Amino acid sequence: MRERAQISFLPDGRRLHMHDGPIDLIVEAFGAKSEIGAAYHAASRRFVDVLDELCGELSLLRQQAQKGRRLPSGGVARRMALAVTPYAKRTFITPMAAVAGAVAEEILETMTSAAQLSKAYVNDGGDIALHLALGEQFVIGMVERPERPSLFGTATLDSTQPVRGIATSGWRGRSFSLGIADAVTVLAEGAALADAAATIIANAVDLAGHSNIIRVPASGLDPDSDLGDRLVTQHVGALSDEEVSSALDAGRVVAESLACEGLIHSAALHLRRETRIVYPAHERLSGVVQEPHQVVIPRDERGEGSAVFS
Amino acid sequence: MPDDDAIRCDACPVLCYIKPGRTGACDRYGNHDGQLVRLDPHIVLDRAVSRGDSVVPFLDRDREWDGKLVSGPENFVTAIGAGTTYPDYKPAPFIISSEVQGVDMVTVVTEGIFSYCGVKVKIDTDRHLGPETNTVRAQGEPIGHVTTSEYGSQMLSLGGVRHLTGGSRKEGTVTCDTLLNLCNGKAAELTIDEGATVIVQAGRAPVVGGVQEERMRVGCGSATIGMFAKQWFNKVDEVVVVDDHITGVLSEHQAGKLLGVPETGIKMKGRRSTAGRYFQVAEPGTAWGGTNIQDPLSILKNFNPKKAWPGLRLLMVSTTGEHYAYFELDETLKPREKELPAPLSESVARIKENCEPALCTVLFMGGAGGSLRAGVTENPVRLTHSVRDAFTRITCGGAPVYVWPGGGITFMVDVTRMPENAFGYVPTPALVAPIEFTLKLTDYAALGGYMDHVRSLDTIMSDQRRHHLSARENNPWPLSSGSNK
Repeated sequence: MRERAQISFLPDGRRLHMHDGPIDLIVEAFGAKSEIGAAYHAASRRFVDVLDELCGELSLLRQQAQKGRRLPSGGVARRMALAVTPYAKRTFITPMAAVAGAVAEEILETMTSAAQLSKAYVNDGGDIALHLALGEQFVIGMVERPERPSLFGTATLDSTQPVRGIATSGWRGRSFSLGIADAVTVLAEGAALADAAATIIANAVDLAGHSNIIRVPASGLDPDSDLGDRLVTQHVGALSDEEVSSALDAGRVVAESLACEGLIHSAALHLRRETRIVYPAHERLSGVVQEPHQVVIPRDERGEGSAVFS
Repeated sequence: MPDDDAIRCDACPVLCYIKPGRTGACDRYGNHDGQLVRLDPHIVLDRAVSRGDSVVPFLDRDREWDGKLVSGPENFVTAIGAGTTYPDYKPAPFIISSEVQGVDMVTVVTEGIFSYCGVKVKIDTDRHLGPETNTVRAQGEPIGHVTTSEYGSQMLSLGGVRHLTGGSRKEGTVTCDTLLNLCNGKAAELTIDEGATVIVQAGRAPVVGGVQEERMRVGCGSATIGMFAKQWFNKVDEVVVVDDHITGVLSEHQAGKLLGVPETGIKMKGRRSTAGRYFQVAEPGTAWGGTNIQDPLSILKNFNPKKAWPGLRLLMVSTTGEHYAYFELDETLKPREKELPAPLSESVARIKENCEPALCTVLFMGGAGGSLRAGVTENPVRLTHSVRDAFTRITCGGAPVYVWPGGGITFMVDVTRMPENAFGYVPTPALVAPIEFTLKLTDYAALGGYMDHVRSLDTIMSDQRRHHLSARENNPWPLSSGSNK
C-alpha cells in the first residue's frame, strides 16, 4: 500500500505535504540543510506505514479507553491510547480522540531522532506537534472557523515553556463533537495529549437540552463512528449572551481542572463572540495568550480549527 | 450494522462506511446517490496552499511581487493580505491614518469575502462564440452565460451567487476557481454551449477554437466600405467586405454610388437590408468575418450577365483584413482567383493596420454593501451613504473602481490595474478581494469609525511584514483628491 501515500513539497519548496487516506500533514523543519533533508527522509519512510498500521488495530482503537487494558502494538496507536487513558474513568472516550495529534507526534519524533533541528512542526489538520531547541520560538494563531480566515488569538511559544503540542476541536470540525464550542484550542506537553484534551473540553462547552441545538446520533451520520448512538451536534441556533457565557463556563471548569492536574498547559475556548482563556495554573494572569494582532490562515477547510506559524 | 444505503469506500484501508450525501473520513470520497465519487481530486490541500499564498501576500510572501520600493514618501496600504474581518463585528485588520494635504486621512483596509461577485468579460473578436444566453462552462461546469455582442467584441457574464452557491458543490468550486484565475490574471479555458472554446486571460488576446485572435475588426462590413471606398476607387471594380453582421458591397453601397462606381451585376446571398448592406450571408462561425465560410465565393450567386463583364476585378476581404481574395471574371463570368495586385494589398494592409489589438478584458464586480461594512464602522449604513456622497473613496488593491449608482456598494474594477495575485478565496465558495475605504479622519469619526484602532502609517511602515509595491502609473493615486471613479 506504499504507493498510495503521496509526499511532495508545497510550492514554497520548504514545507512537505504528506497525504494518505484521511491523513494530511504539513511538515516543516528548520536547521542545517543536510539535517532538514535527513529529517524529511526519515519522516517520509515512517509516514508510508502509518495508515496501514492504524487500520490494523482500528476496532481496538474505537473502543472505550480503559486503564490497564493491553496497549495496542503500533507506535501511533500507543500514543493514542496513552493520551486518553487519564480520562477513561470519568467519561466516554476512545483512543480515536487523539489520532490526529498522535500521528503528528510520531512523525515529529521520527524527525528529531534522525536529525539535529533547531525547530520543527508537524501540522495534522490543526493538531500540531512542535519541536523547539533552546532559545527558539513559534508564534501560533488560533482560528475559530476553519473555512473563514479570522483569528481570535495568538500565542507565542518559546523553548522554556512546557508546550510541544497544540490541538483544536469544535463541532464544526471534521470530527463529531458532543458540545457546541466553535473552537477549543489546547496547548499541552504533546500533540496527542492536546488532541484528547481539546475533545474533552469542547464536549463540555454545552447547554443541556437547549431547543436551538440540533443533535443527531453519530451512527446515523457515520455508521462506523466510535461514538455509536451518542448525540452529536449538527447545528447551533440562536443563543442568548447568558447562554453563551454559561456554556463557556461549563467548559472552563473542565479546562481549569485539567490544567491543575497538569494534563494541559492552557486553553482558549471560543463560542460566538466570547472567548475564555484558561491560563497555566502557575502563571495565571501572566498572559501567554495575547490579543489578536496577526493574520492567520487556516490550513485547510476541513481541519478542526487550525493554526499557522509566522 | 451495515446500512442499506451506505456504501463501503475502499480507497484506503480505513474502509469508511459512507451514508448517502456524506463523505468519508478523508472528505475526498463521498456517497452520491449510492455511487462512490471522488469529490475534489487533490483539491483540499491545493486550496490550503493557494489560500495560504494568496491571502497573506502583504504579510508573508516575497515570491510573486516585483519587490520594488515605492519612490517618494507617500505610501498607500492596500488590503491585499490584510485578512478579513469575518465575523464582521471586529474592526478591520488595519485602520491606517496618514497625513494627506494637512488632513488626516483614514484608510480602512480589509479583504472582503464576496459571495455576491463575478466577472464581466469582454472578448474582442468577431468570431461567433455562441448564442446569446447560452451557458458558459469551465471543466464542464456551468459558470456563467453569453450576454450581448458589443462593437467588435462579445460579452460574457461569469460567476454570480447562483453559480457560486446555488448549484452543486463542484459547480461552486469550479466557478470560484475560474473567477480566481481570471481575476489574478491567469488564463481560463471556457466552453460555450453550441459555441466555441475560448481561452480568456485579462490583457491578452483571446484564443478562439485554438486560433489566437489578432485584431479587432475595423468596423462592420458596411462601415469598412465607407472608410475605404475612396482608396479602392479605380483600382478594382467591386469589393465585398464579408461580415457576419452586415456584409458590405461597394458598387451598391452609398459610398460607391457617390464616387460613381458602376453596377457590376453582383448578386449576394443573404437578406438585403439597405443598398449595399446584407444580413445573414452565411451562418455565424469562426472563419471569414465571423461567419462559418472558408470559401468567400460561397456567399455569391451568379453574376447578372446583363451587367457584368469579362475581366471584372473583384476583391473580397474580411472586416479585419485577415482574410482576403482577389478574383477576375472569366469569359463565362465565373470568378477566377488571381494574385492580389499591389495597390489592393496596400488597402488590405490598411484595414489590418486600423484594427486595434484584440484583447480580453476582465472586470471584477462585487457587492460590498453587506456585513463587510461593519468592519469599517459601527453604523454600517453610514458608510454606504458616505460612499454615495463621495466623502469616502473606494479602491481595490489601490486601483480605481466604478461604483454603481443605486443601493448598496456594488463596484467594478479592471483586474489588470490591480497588483498581481490580489485575489484569494475561501471555500464557501467565495472570492476574497482587497477593498480600501479612504476618507477624512474627522468624517471617519463622524460615521462611527473604530477610532481606537486607527494606526499611523509610520507604525505600518515599520512593520517587517509589510510588502512594498510600486504604484501603477495609469492609476490615480488613491489618496489624491478627485472623484471616486
